Order: sequence, then structure tokens, then C-alpha cells
Amino acid sequence: MIELQGIHKSYDVGSNKLHVLKGIDLTIEEGELVSIMGSSGSGKSTLLNILGILDTYDQGEYHLSGKHIKNLNETKAAWYRNQMIGFVFQSFNLIPFKNAMENVALPLYYQKVSRKRRNKIALEYLDRMGIKEWAEHTPNELSGGQKQRVAIARSMISKPKVILADEPTGALDSTTSFEVMNLFKEINSEGITIIIVTHEKDISERTNRVIHLKDGYIENITVNSPEMNIANV
Amino acid sequence: MFDLDKWQEIFSTIRKNKLRTFLTGFSVAWGIFMLIILLGSGYGLENGVREQFKGGAVNGVWITSGMTSKAYKGLQPGREVKFTNEDYDLVKGSVDGIDLISSRFWINQDNTFAYKNNFGNFTISPVHPDYGKIKELEVIEGRFVNNFDLEKYRKVIVIGEIIKEALFKYPDTIAIGKYINVAGVPFQVIGVFHDEGSETEQRRAYVPIFTAQRVFSGDNRINQVSFTTNLGVEKSNAMLETITRQLAAFHSFDPADQRAISAWNKAEEFERTMKLFAAIRLFIWIIGIGTIIAGVVGVSNIMLIVVKERTKEIGIRKAIGASPRSVVSLILQESILITGFAGYIGLVAGVFLLEIVSKYMPPSDFFANPQADFQIAVSATILLVISGALAGLIPSLRAARIKPIVALRDE
Repeated sequence: MIELQGIHKSYDVGSNKLHVLKGIDLTIEEGELVSIMGSSGSGKSTLLNILGILDTYDQGEYHLSGKHIKNLNETKAAWYRNQMIGFVFQSFNLIPFKNAMENVALPLYYQKVSRKRRNKIALEYLDRMGIKEWAEHTPNELSGGQKQRVAIARSMISKPKVILADEPTGALDSTTSFEVMNLFKEINSEGITIIIVTHEKDISERTNRVIHLKDGYIENITVNSPEMNIANV
Repeated sequence: MFDLDKWQEIFSTIRKNKLRTFLTGFSVAWGIFMLIILLGSGYGLENGVREQFKGGAVNGVWITSGMTSKAYKGLQPGREVKFTNEDYDLVKGSVDGIDLISSRFWINQDNTFAYKNNFGNFTISPVHPDYGKIKELEVIEGRFVNNFDLEKYRKVIVIGEIIKEALFKYPDTIAIGKYINVAGVPFQVIGVFHDEGSETEQRRAYVPIFTAQRVFSGDNRINQVSFTTNLGVEKSNAMLETITRQLAAFHSFDPADQRAISAWNKAEEFERTMKLFAAIRLFIWIIGIGTIIAGVVGVSNIMLIVVKERTKEIGIRKAIGASPRSVVSLILQESILITGFAGYIGLVAGVFLLEIVSKYMPPSDFFANPQADFQIAVSATILLVISGALAGLIPSLRAARIKPIVALRDE
């Protein structure tokens, strides 16, 4: 599903070069629920951006669902993101002047799906998230948990191969975090690959594998036993 | 091209920033408003002056006899130059390229015209047949004087609309063929004309010049020779010079004497005036476009702020699949919409004001019918769309360069 080989990435900081990723080799299979952990500065956000085709890498190879992701122009990158990747962010990143349904439907707008049809599909996804009755509300009328449900619905509506979640529970209380994780597990059980960047241990413990990043390297990968997952539910 | 979703998004952002959009739009509306008013006034001025040129072909040359003001060959100044039919022949024969030619003599006092119990005082103008075309009279009934009338000394008359109204009272009365009494002499009406010029011009009656010479003066005097030429301003000036020299020799006056005869080359004056108006129009466009540029810079500035404010939103859109092109068109269309709509308001307001002015303003010699014609409206509209696109260009390119990772970075 996702194959990374020797990924290097550095940024220019003034006259110096900041080497952020120093050779990442990683394979993630289809249908996995993986978390990436690491302290700030470990390169986890950079890695996520590269995985999400939001950023480029300097060296190495990245294959997403068999496609070589390298030197894409912006239009092509936008198209791949739209077709294969769903994003969930810590601060939700919903468009404030659009209601929940329109926010969810937005990825389909860029697929040229008709307004009526994409709103109908959006309602179905909101229903699955259990917030159908909030469809006409704008984000500032929703609670944090509801916003994140809208964002998750939006990430799923284009039926992506992989959902990338950047600290999805970072702005939520523990009860809501728990509910959101349950949603992720449910979506994952349908076969969609999910990668979650987090620094909360109880979130990462509920994923299949935890990738620990440190100073631009993969420090280690721990596999959580299924029992442990069940124990936590 | 029509994309309802895009427009809905544009409207929703405009609705959120009503005051800002209004202020931006106002500067553009004002620019177009000023342009329309200026152009309209320019046209008004031009129309006014054009009005002055009406009632006569613009390629006409008019030579009128006067009084000498310079001593010449032992002759005292202050002599009257007397034109006769010979001068008509002289002018006609002295140069090539004359298209139409006529002479005219003055009957200075008004004469009483009478038909049955109706009468009035009007002017008699004795002329040659070509005069109708030189003066650009519009014969609305019957015909103008012709050569047979001249040769046969027919007592026929072509009357102005006002005369017909005064003598025949009812507009649908047939005047042609009726005899009217002019200073005691019966003349048969052969035509009725309309003159674009002033009211005085409508109070005239034209009669064959030979008839008039016989009936009213008893000699072969004329006062004016007028002709047209299609050879252009330079040639007509040269013609006029030759004619002046020949007339000077014939009547023994100094060719440089401006008072002996007065010559007016209308084409020359017309051309000079039209050049002046072309210059004025250019000047107006420059000012107008300058004003619009100020508006465009305003819109551009606002759109830059809009893009800055919407950085995050644009970042989100790009992350979930918006291509740079769709982002550019989003900002560009909003900019075109604001300038286009505001400009249209300015356009309508400007045209409206001009209409009111031209309707209620008392007529003046130098200003008539200020108007913005269709062509101006079209050019202004094109100008608007271009300005809108220009105003949105830099902001939209900046929007397209927004990187989602930067835009979405949590503060």
C-alpha cells in the first residue's frame, strides 16, 4: 500500500540545512491502522506531509498504491490527494462559512460531482457519523467532537485508499477522543488504511503498529497485540 | 463555464464582507461614472458645435461681397464690391473641381406673404438650383427650384416648414400648386423644405434667382456665391485663392484685402474643429482610464487582503484536491464580479445622469444632447472586465502559490 525507501528531507533554514528525515524505510499494508509517535522535531509531521503529497522529498522512493509519487506538478498532486488520500487535522480545518454537509461534500466538488448528488452522499456520511441532524449547522455551532466527526466524514467521502490523521484527538477531551478512536477503528475495519500521528500513548496503543520516530530516524516499531486492543475497548 | 457552486461561494464571501466589498466597488463605480460623465459631456460639447455646422454641406465654400478696406491702384478704400451674374460665371469658370454652385442675393427687408386670409413676414432668398444641396435642405414636399424655373423666369417658390404652417394652418393641407402672394406678386408653391439649422432658416422661401432679379431688383446683382468641392481641404483652399485673385482683378481690389470679399471655407473650419474634439476625447479617455486604474488598484489591494484572510481556507481546499487553476479562477472571478457589477452601477448612474441633463437642460449654442452612446458603453464594459481580471491577477496567482502545509500549520 505504502512503501517508503530511504526517504530524506531537509529544509533550508537561513544558510544552514536542517536535515529532518534521514532515511526512512517503511512499509504499510492495506487495511492497517498505524500510529506514528515521536517528540516534536522528530520529523513526524514532515513524514505525514510527504505521505499526504503535501510536501516533496529530496531522496528515496515513495510508492502509494503502486504509483510512484515523485516530481508531481501541483495539479497532479492535487488530483492524487483528492482520489487517494483523506485528511483529518487536529484543528479540524473546516471551512467556517460552509455548513457541515457542504464541508463534507467539498472533495466531491473537485471531482465534479453534481451539487445535489454530492450533498446526498454527504448526508449519508454524516448519518454514519451520527450527526445527520447537524448537517445544516456551520462549524462554529458544533462541538469539538462534532467538528472532528464532520472532518472524518469529509476525509471518507471520496473513498480514499488511506486516511492521514494529524493529532486528530489533540483538541478533544478524553471521552470524545475515545469516541473518535472508535470511529477510526470502525472505518479501519472496512479495510481503509489509517495512519495517525499522535503523541498520546493511549491513542497509539489502540493501533496495530506504532512507529516511533526520533531525530529523523525510525527508532523502533512496536506491534500491539490484538488482546491489548480488545482490553482497551 | 457557468459554475453555480463557484458563484455561490463567491457570493457567500461577498455577503460576509459587505462593507469592504461596497467600498471597493464604489471606487470602481466612481471611476466608470466619471468616465461616462466626461465622455458624455465631451459629446455634448461636440454635438453643440456640430449643431453650428448644420444647415449647409461641410465641404462648402462661401464667398460674399463686401467693402474694400485698402487703397488699390489709386482707388480709395470703402468702395462696395458689387457682384453680378458675371461673378457667378467667373467663379464657375475660373477653377476645376467645383461640384455644386449657386449664387444668392439679399433682399434685406422681410416681405409679406399671404394666402387667403393668412399672412406673415418672411425672408425671400433668390438662389440657383444647386443651393438646396449646398445648404443641405430637406425637401419634404414637392421639389426644389430647377433650371427650367430659372430659364423661364418662373414665379415659383419653395417655402420653409414654418411658412407653410403660418399660411396654410393645417399641416395636412396641400400647399403644392397653390399661389401665394409675396410682396404683391403671386408665386406658385412648388416645394416645402426642412432645414436642420436655426429657426430663422425655416422662415425662408427660395425662389429662382433670375425671377427674383426681374421682380424685386430689376438688375443682375448678387451678393454671394457658394460652391462645394470634394477635393479636400487643401485643394479647396487653393481653389479659393485662385478665385479670390480673379475676383480681385475683375473688381480692382487688393487680393490681400480681407474686407473686399469675405470667404469662408467651411471644410477647413470643420476639420480643425473635429481635430480639436478628437484631442478632447483622447484627453477624456486618459483621465477616465486614470480614474479607473485607481479603482483597479483598490480592488487589487482588497483582493490581496482577501487572499491573505482566506489562506487557511485555500490551504484546506488544496489539501482535499483543489488544483491551482481552480483557486486562480475562484479569486479571479470574484474580482471580475466586484469590478464588473460596481462598474455597471457606475455606468448606469452615469448614463442616467446624462439623460436627465440632456432632457432638462435649456438648449445652448455650445452644448447639446450629452450622451454616452452604445459604443462607449461597450468599450467601458470591456474595459471593466479587463480591469477586473487585472485587479484579480496578482492576488489569484498569490493564492495559487499558497502551500497547504504552510496554510494548515497549527498556530
